[in-house]
Amino acid sequence: MSDQQFRLADGGRIDRERPLRFTFNGRELSGYEGDTVASALLANGLHLVSRSFKYHRPRGVLSDGSEEPNALVQLGVGAYTQPNIRATQAELYQGLIAESQNCWPSVDLDVGAVNDFLSPIFPAGFYYKTFMWPKSFWIRYEYFIRKMAGLGKAPASADPDYYDKMHVHCDVLVLGAGPAGLAAALAAGRTGARVMLADEQMEPGGYLLGRKVAINDRPAMEWVDNSIEELKSMADVRVLTRTTALAYFDHNYLTLLERVTDHLGPDANGDRPRQRLWKVRAKQVVLATGSHERPLVFRNNDRPGVMLASAAQAYLNRFAVRPGREAVVFTNNDSAYQAASDLVKGGVQCTIVDVRPEPPDELRAAARKQNIDVLSGHGVISAAGTKRVTGVDVSSLNATASGYHDAPRHLKCDLVLMSGGWNPAVHLYSQSRGKLEFDASRACFVPGESVQAERSAGACNGTFDLAFCLSEGREAGKAAAASAGFRSKSSSSSPKVESSPETPIRAVWRMPPKDPGGRYNKHFVDFQHDVTAADVDLAYREGYRSVEHLKRYTTMGMGTDQGKTSNVNALAILAEISNADIPTVGTTTFRPPYTPATFGALAGRDVGELADPVRMTPMHQWHLAHGAKFEDVGQWKRPWYYPKAGESMEEALSRECKATRNAIGILDASTLGKIDIQGPDVAEFLNRIYTNGWSKLAVGRCRYGLMCTEDGMVFDDGVTSRLAENHFLMTTTSGNAARVLAWLEEWLQTEWPELRVYCNSVTEHWATAGIAGPLARKLLSELTSDIDLDSKAFPFMSWREGTVAGIPARVMRISFTGELSFEINVQSSYGLALWTSLMSAGAKYGITPFGTETMHILRAEKGFIIAGQETDGTVTPVDLGLEGMVSKHKDFLGKRSLSRPDTLREDRKQLVGLLTEDPRQVLPEGGQIVAELKSKPPMKMIGHVTSSYFSANLDRSIALALVKGGRSRHGETVHVPLENKVVSARIGPPHFYDVEGERMHG
Amino acid sequence: MAERYLRQTPLAHLEIEARARVAVEAAGVRMGEAGFRAQIALRGDASSETFVDAVKEVFGVDLPLKPNTASTPGGARYLLWLGPDEWLAIVPDGTEEETIAAFETRMEGEHFGVTDVSGSRTVITLCGDRARDVLMKGTSLDLHPKAFGPGQCAQASMARCHMLLHQISDELGYEIYVHRSFADYLWRWLEDAAREYGVAVVSSP
Repeated sequence: MSDQQFRLADGGRIDRERPLRFTFNGRELSGYEGDTVASALLANGLHLVSRSFKYHRPRGVLSDGSEEPNALVQLGVGAYTQPNIRATQAELYQGLIAESQNCWPSVDLDVGAVNDFLSPIFPAGFYYKTFMWPKSFWIRYEYFIRKMAGLGKAPASADPDYYDKMHVHCDVLVLGAGPAGLAAALAAGRTGARVMLADEQMEPGGYLLGRKVAINDRPAMEWVDNSIEELKSMADVRVLTRTTALAYFDHNYLTLLERVTDHLGPDANGDRPRQRLWKVRAKQVVLATGSHERPLVFRNNDRPGVMLASAAQAYLNRFAVRPGREAVVFTNNDSAYQAASDLVKGGVQCTIVDVRPEPPDELRAAARKQNIDVLSGHGVISAAGTKRVTGVDVSSLNATASGYHDAPRHLKCDLVLMSGGWNPAVHLYSQSRGKLEFDASRACFVPGESVQAERSAGACNGTFDLAFCLSEGREAGKAAAASAGFRSKSSSSSPKVESSPETPIRAVWRMPPKDPGGRYNKHFVDFQHDVTAADVDLAYREGYRSVEHLKRYTTMGMGTDQGKTSNVNALAILAEISNADIPTVGTTTFRPPYTPATFGALAGRDVGELADPVRMTPMHQWHLAHGAKFEDVGQWKRPWYYPKAGESMEEALSRECKATRNAIGILDASTLGKIDIQGPDVAEFLNRIYTNGWSKLAVGRCRYGLMCTEDGMVFDDGVTSRLAENHFLMTTTSGNAARVLAWLEEWLQTEWPELRVYCNSVTEHWATAGIAGPLARKLLSELTSDIDLDSKAFPFMSWREGTVAGIPARVMRISFTGELSFEINVQSSYGLALWTSLMSAGAKYGITPFGTETMHILRAEKGFIIAGQETDGTVTPVDLGLEGMVSKHKDFLGKRSLSRPDTLREDRKQLVGLLTEDPRQVLPEGGQIVAELKSKPPMKMIGHVTSSYFSANLDRSIALALVKGGRSRHGETVHVPLENKVVSARIGPPHFYDVEGERMHG
Repeated sequence: MAERYLRQTPLAHLEIEARARVAVEAAGVRMGEAGFRAQIALRGDASSETFVDAVKEVFGVDLPLKPNTASTPGGARYLLWLGPDEWLAIVPDGTEEETIAAFETRMEGEHFGVTDVSGSRTVITLCGDRARDVLMKGTSLDLHPKAFGPGQCAQASMARCHMLLHQISDELGYEIYVHRSFADYLWRWLEDAAREYGVAVVSSP
């Protein structure tokens, strides 16, 4: 076969100076820049592109746009590959590789095609009915069904490209750059409004790209080019091509997907993204999304070579491709006559079969002039041929279009063009929650009233005549700009075009079979999901009468094309079967996206290293350099432990724990939430927020506080210091800092506006190094000369200001490890300098950096809780044994809840300590606790383990747990049944080390 | 007085100064870090004459009362409007403590809040022809000149973190105040977002 033997010698919008090579199913082919994969295949005479989903029937190119159900290909190879790409939209590039989908071993010889011969046993609902029994066999069935199902293949390796997102605001967003959209954008742009115009094709023009029509007595594309030039000269107008509007959400928020470099192929995009997702907030929207031609439903209407009339016209005019030699044009309306006329001029013989008994005289006369036979009042009964159509059987229809007058007559052809009327592309209007109305004279759904600030213009509004499209577009653009506050300055008029009268279509939703009572089982409605008119009938007979049920039972409209060519035909057939009118049957819901979007585009830049922020403390680089293993605490990376070379985690923890108890350890505590609170009413505010009292806290002192939510459950805890009479510093749990600040602000702003209090987050202003251990005071004394560290001058739970290692610091004598401990706070720019000074001065004392794990172990030895670990939103201060923290002399958030009968129950889960019988055995956190052991579950669970560690200092395991009535169970033995063993433990008080607290007070 | 050379900006590890280029004409975007920006969080009652006068006296500029505006951008001391009772004051590096002390003295007996937050945020500078496009990738704020211009500031989400954005001038572009712990993330994010326009790293001013 010679190259591109179906390419016309001249014409079209392809660039003949730029020939391109590409591969389809391993075959080397050629095309031109400006081609789509589909047009290039057709130029090479290839109609057979894919196999259908269920019956594996040979399929060809049906359309020339985004509605394509058949010509889906696997595009590209390796990491670049994308499945289910519409060949009708994919642009050709040098070296493009495309493969047919859904066939094995090849699209020509496909083993799965046996399904077509077996199709009588695969009707709608086959899977639901067949694979239900025996139930246990599903796993086996699934293996084979999975192998058979699905279209293309997902790439197996990571995407090498990157994707971008862009937020944009505009006054008027125009979707579609066909005649109506361009007219709208021009009218709006001329007012000075911020206008955005987007179109899914590679160049603007919409349906004008595929037509030979005149505007202002010149080829229409000249008007398009001039319009685009004018738009681009406007400062506040943005024109996007290759950009599909995916979704229309509330508040005129829409997402558009721009294919930035897809058309260049792999490795050709340089630093540019592959795709860009535009997130648009538009004051006004003009929908000018055009329309889709409808197929006609007759036997074997899915054969390669059967396509939409408008598509053939576009392939001819736009791509200079002759889609066949002899065509039968099958229509129920006027528009196909122009298609036939163009095709004849392009060298294709045409016969028109029109279901209407009396097509308009002038159309017939024009056809006669071009030697086109018109068979009026006729229908196509069926198409012949398998991998390519070879002819059709036609006959004259009776008055009700329920049968034929004559015996079928065979017409030889290699192309069948269908024109079943037009469906306005109402998808976005519908997504905007607008309700559709049925236009009976045009037999299509059109937009009804606007729900959002939106208007439809042109073919998507049911306006198919070019002159009306242009004027409607202009009016919509002007009105949209005016609503956004921009008045038209000039009074330009619409460009001049010839208008042609439109005669009504004759809707015949399915062509009757040859014989009365014949079957509709090869009358395809949904090409992609192989749903036939017979399936619609079956669904109805089996009781699926709502269009939504029909959809789900037959899977009609559930393919990647979402039924753009099939929905209206299917519901019209359902209406016919059920003797209802079409508006009563209604449509299924149109949902985003309009065409499939890649996950990459939706993820954008939030992948890999940038998937989520990594929050770093000022000392982070030191931790990295010293081999810290990190733990995620919220978005923070905190050092978890610092293994030395060859050290296991257990060994590292043991070393860190012992060093802290016996000498000195150092912890980066910078992540702790810190809130600066100022004002005359702060003490009162804290009284209301915390369960304990604050009025008597002296300046210079610190106090531990518990805060509850209104339900009396512990929410957060931390130490708060009084910096001055009206000035406090609150600390919160690292992961809870933002939530606590929001909590404080909520109460201040909504409930207690009378309190004179200002809160400011200072979490990030301070870097905090905590030194803990018996040598902590000694080390600190070497680095400060202006703070008296004597225990009497600087007692436990107080703070002092001074200089540490030459850096201004606020030192707090508080302890979460139970050791003598100082938390040194410096402005965060000095954090690393402070840390390195402490490390070098502490070297002689064996200062040991420890991470969150050692911190957890040391505090658990002391029985200090962690909010979020010992608590889970169902634990009161009393449950934790902290009733001493609950003031009886003041009101506070949660107070009333603490006297509810439920919170007073004796058998609430209470905090206890657990010591396993085998001291080497470490209980798993979350382990369920039972009092009575049975041989197998279910067993009555009385609590769970909240914290559990091996304590090197005690040389045994320790655990904290919440156990029902736990405080009265001290001494009892309980069990934790695990998958393959049972661990028994004794309940005791929740502290294991230095119970009197001599060390931290020392 | 602490040894100021001991200080480190949150982006020090990225060695921005070492990467700074002299020839930046081709780049659509220029970015750098303006570290050690002395910042004071200011809270008070905008309807109180005492407060407004104290601000004028101590900071030498008028309290910006129009939402999302800054006073005298480019001056040594200026204020950014953050909320009806909340401002961020920028003062010369090293003067934050004395400024706070002066303000506290001036406001003795009044209800106000004044807090040193110099360590909280660093500033990423972003300018060049495509600076606005880079910002548009990460924030849903309307930054079109009709909606946002020199002298304006706003707090919003940027990528997956919080920012305070201040447009200095058309030429000098934008300053992004970002919390210190997020600075590394945001810098990488912006640099990645800017790469299609060509990005040059520049020395801080």
